[in-house]
Amino acid sequence: MSISHLLFWILSVTALFSALMVVTSRNPVYSVIWLIVTFFAISGHYILLNAQFLAVVNIIVYAGAIMVLFLFVIMLMNLNKETEPARHKWLQFAGAVSGGALLLVLVSALKNTELKSQQSLLVEGHIGLIKTLGQELFSTYVIPFELSSILFLSAMVGAVLIGKKD
Amino acid sequence: MQASFKLAFLIPLLPLIGFLINGLGRNFLSKGVSGIIASGMVLFSFLLSLQVFSEVREGASAVINYFDFIRIQGLQIPFSFQIDALTSLFLLVITGVGFLIHVYSTSYMHDESDASFARYFAYLNLFVFSMLLLVMGGNYVILFIGWEGVGLCSYLLIGFWFKNPAYTKAANKAFIMNRIGDLAFLLAVFWLIIKTGSANFGEVFSFISDNQGTPKFTSTDITIVSLLLFVGATGKSAQLPLYTWLPDAMAGPTPVSALIHAATMVTAGIYMIARSNVLYSLAPLTLSIISWVGLATALLAATIALRQYDIKKVLAYSTVSQLGFMFLALGSGAYLAAVFHVMTHAFFKALLFLGSGSVIHAMGGEQDIRKMGGLAGKLKVTHATFLIGCLAIAGIPPLSGFFSKDAILLSVFVHNPIQYGIAVFTALLTAFYMFRLLIITFYGSFRGTQEQLHHLHESPWVMLLPLVLLSLLSIAGGWIGISAVLTEGADSLGQFLSPILPTLSHAISHEKELMLMGSTTLLVVVVIIAAWLIYSKRTEQQSTGILRVFENKWYIDELYDNIIVKPLARLSAFLREWVEPRLIDGLVNGVGRSVQYTGRQLRFLQSGQIGNYVLLMVVAMVVVLFVQFFIRK
Amino acid sequence: MPINYYLFLAIALFSIGVVGVLTRRNAIIIFMCIELMLNAVNLLLVAFSKMHYQQAAAAALPIANPGVDGQLFVFFIMVVAAAEVSVGLAIIVMLYRNIHSVDINFLNRLKH
Repeated sequence: MSISHLLFWILSVTALFSALMVVTSRNPVYSVIWLIVTFFAISGHYILLNAQFLAVVNIIVYAGAIMVLFLFVIMLMNLNKETEPARHKWLQFAGAVSGGALLLVLVSALKNTELKSQQSLLVEGHIGLIKTLGQELFSTYVIPFELSSILFLSAMVGAVLIGKKD
Repeated sequence: MQASFKLAFLIPLLPLIGFLINGLGRNFLSKGVSGIIASGMVLFSFLLSLQVFSEVREGASAVINYFDFIRIQGLQIPFSFQIDALTSLFLLVITGVGFLIHVYSTSYMHDESDASFARYFAYLNLFVFSMLLLVMGGNYVILFIGWEGVGLCSYLLIGFWFKNPAYTKAANKAFIMNRIGDLAFLLAVFWLIIKTGSANFGEVFSFISDNQGTPKFTSTDITIVSLLLFVGATGKSAQLPLYTWLPDAMAGPTPVSALIHAATMVTAGIYMIARSNVLYSLAPLTLSIISWVGLATALLAATIALRQYDIKKVLAYSTVSQLGFMFLALGSGAYLAAVFHVMTHAFFKALLFLGSGSVIHAMGGEQDIRKMGGLAGKLKVTHATFLIGCLAIAGIPPLSGFFSKDAILLSVFVHNPIQYGIAVFTALLTAFYMFRLLIITFYGSFRGTQEQLHHLHESPWVMLLPLVLLSLLSIAGGWIGISAVLTEGADSLGQFLSPILPTLSHAISHEKELMLMGSTTLLVVVVIIAAWLIYSKRTEQQSTGILRVFENKWYIDELYDNIIVKPLARLSAFLREWVEPRLIDGLVNGVGRSVQYTGRQLRFLQSGQIGNYVLLMVVAMVVVLFVQFFIRK
Repeated sequence: MPINYYLFLAIALFSIGVVGVLTRRNAIIIFMCIELMLNAVNLLLVAFSKMHYQQAAAAALPIANPGVDGQLFVFFIMVVAAAEVSVGLAIIVMLYRNIHSVDINFLNRLKH
């Protein structure tokens, strides 16, 4: 097995394990930490697929900004393990079963598609490069790009307004 | 078609119109008007029947179809009248005797209120209409309409004074027992329709005579149909075991007893069997059953009548007994003799009932003969006509009863000598109890109260005239059917009915016949003299031993009560108290309760907890994906 | 790498996110699990974009930049996720100010 395949497996296991830890941690701060680890693993996957721009953006935006925001809010509310409310046991079980059922259904539905032996190219490929993405973004998709800036503006205004103390 | 046949539909229609007028206008009409309307309608029907009769005598007969009563694929039943000799004879009896009884009632019922009086005559007219429909019907279905109608009118008239609960119970009993017979009748009609494809008399009888013995209409079919029809007849004509309603039916007004329970309705069974003689001639087993049932009924009723103290009850049991004779005649194949006896019995029994009505009227409502006596002096006409009626029923020549009863006895002798012996014994009992009744009521010293004695008076002429006319008919009515042994060619009745009923042919010599006739007459005279000796001098002793059984009607009412009525009442109580509230109410209420419960449970879906909502969302999505990918390929 | 592997990985991450949303009561943790689900989808989209690239390269199609749409879509998803998180957390802060808890079981006004 080549290095890239090996890396794929390591990163996959890391991602799954840390995702599970996110869901099952008692302390919310731990959940945040584990989610950051997950994001790093996924960024690793992106690099493996030579989607360089996305890998970096993932780290900067998700792990860097969004998770920090989460941490700020958690710290603000002073949440820790003792104040964590416990869920009704039966509902937890039902939730787990439903999620598992979803997993099973999707896997069994999609495992025999005609695409299953198609390969996705690792390591090589120029479409993940910043140059290519930039060219496409500012030529074909420039309008969505501008609109997304308006989206940000409205989100910012909304967040500020909601958070005002009046 | 003959002119009178064209107007034949008026014969039942006029009484129906009378019913409507009297029934709807009972709050507006005076007694005189309603009485005249009712009697007049029957009189017109009688005149039309006379016209029909004269044309039938010249040999005409017809089946007239008016309209389709039932018309479906494979079955067509028209509303039709069949007018032939048998029909016209019955028409005369029904309308003639009916008219006399209507006239009698105008005086007998004059104590009633105006509305009640009109109601009575409305019911009476409705009864005449139904009876006419019965005898004129051209197929079993129309006959059944009349059959049901007379049952209904019997119920209405027995319970005429409906404020008295005992009378209404008697009316219920009559109707319910009739119903049992009706069920059997209906089954027979259905069987006939299935097998022969029609209910019309002509078609059914020709089918039966063509196909008897073949798989199309086997002997089992014949036996079953004839038996079922006979069971229907036992209900209507009060034979064993469905006879107990008739004595109770005496709760109705006396003219009703005369018309319905002596002269007409109870003879419907005999008419029906006589009409179906083609069928019955092919069913020897049923015929022997009929004859034995008739004989047993006759004997049983005669023994009970020996020890009854209500004047009407004696006559009621006498009717049952005479009907038994008629069935005995039918069972011996002597349809003609049975119809003959129907006619003569109508005359003298109506006479006897109306006479008893006159006595009751004179006694101010008293019906117990132990309180009567010595009435012959005060009620001359009533006494004379009653005596004539008793002589007729006993069978003294040359009154009508002698000829008809003798025709029956002769046929029975040829058929089965044992039955003949029992029948003769029963005839002697008949004479005995009738004269017992006559003597206790009219002779000796008066045993009632002073007030009743004071009140005694002869009935008005309106009531006496029908008595006189009926007594004349009782004397002369038998002269149309004189047996060949006495006078050759005098059997005009037999000749008249020959297209429909087989004539009586006797396989015995003339000498033997005369000897039998003479010996029975002699015995009857002896019995009458014995009754005179026993009853004219002393009062009757208390009943002991077997006489006690007779007095208590052989305890048959009590038997029926215990075997049938009480279990049914228990079953009904069980259903009422257990099944109805727990099962049926439980089921219905349970549906309501389960809906409420489901609603209460479903309410929890809307808990407001967004966690639950999300769970449901995921579950739904899983289900949708599952269905999409795995079930809907 | 066969596309199926990425498919199963993404589905697994997604399901773990779903379980997290259903199981936890803390609103913030639920929010985080939603982010996890979004990331699973992102991963799958990038894998598919490389698959298209490979298919086009193998078939020698004259398309310029095959499969780049997938990655641009991921870009926009991130944009939206960022905006959503900021507004969502603002709401949660408001919620905390009112009921002094982030337990979603206290948010049951919808039942009336």
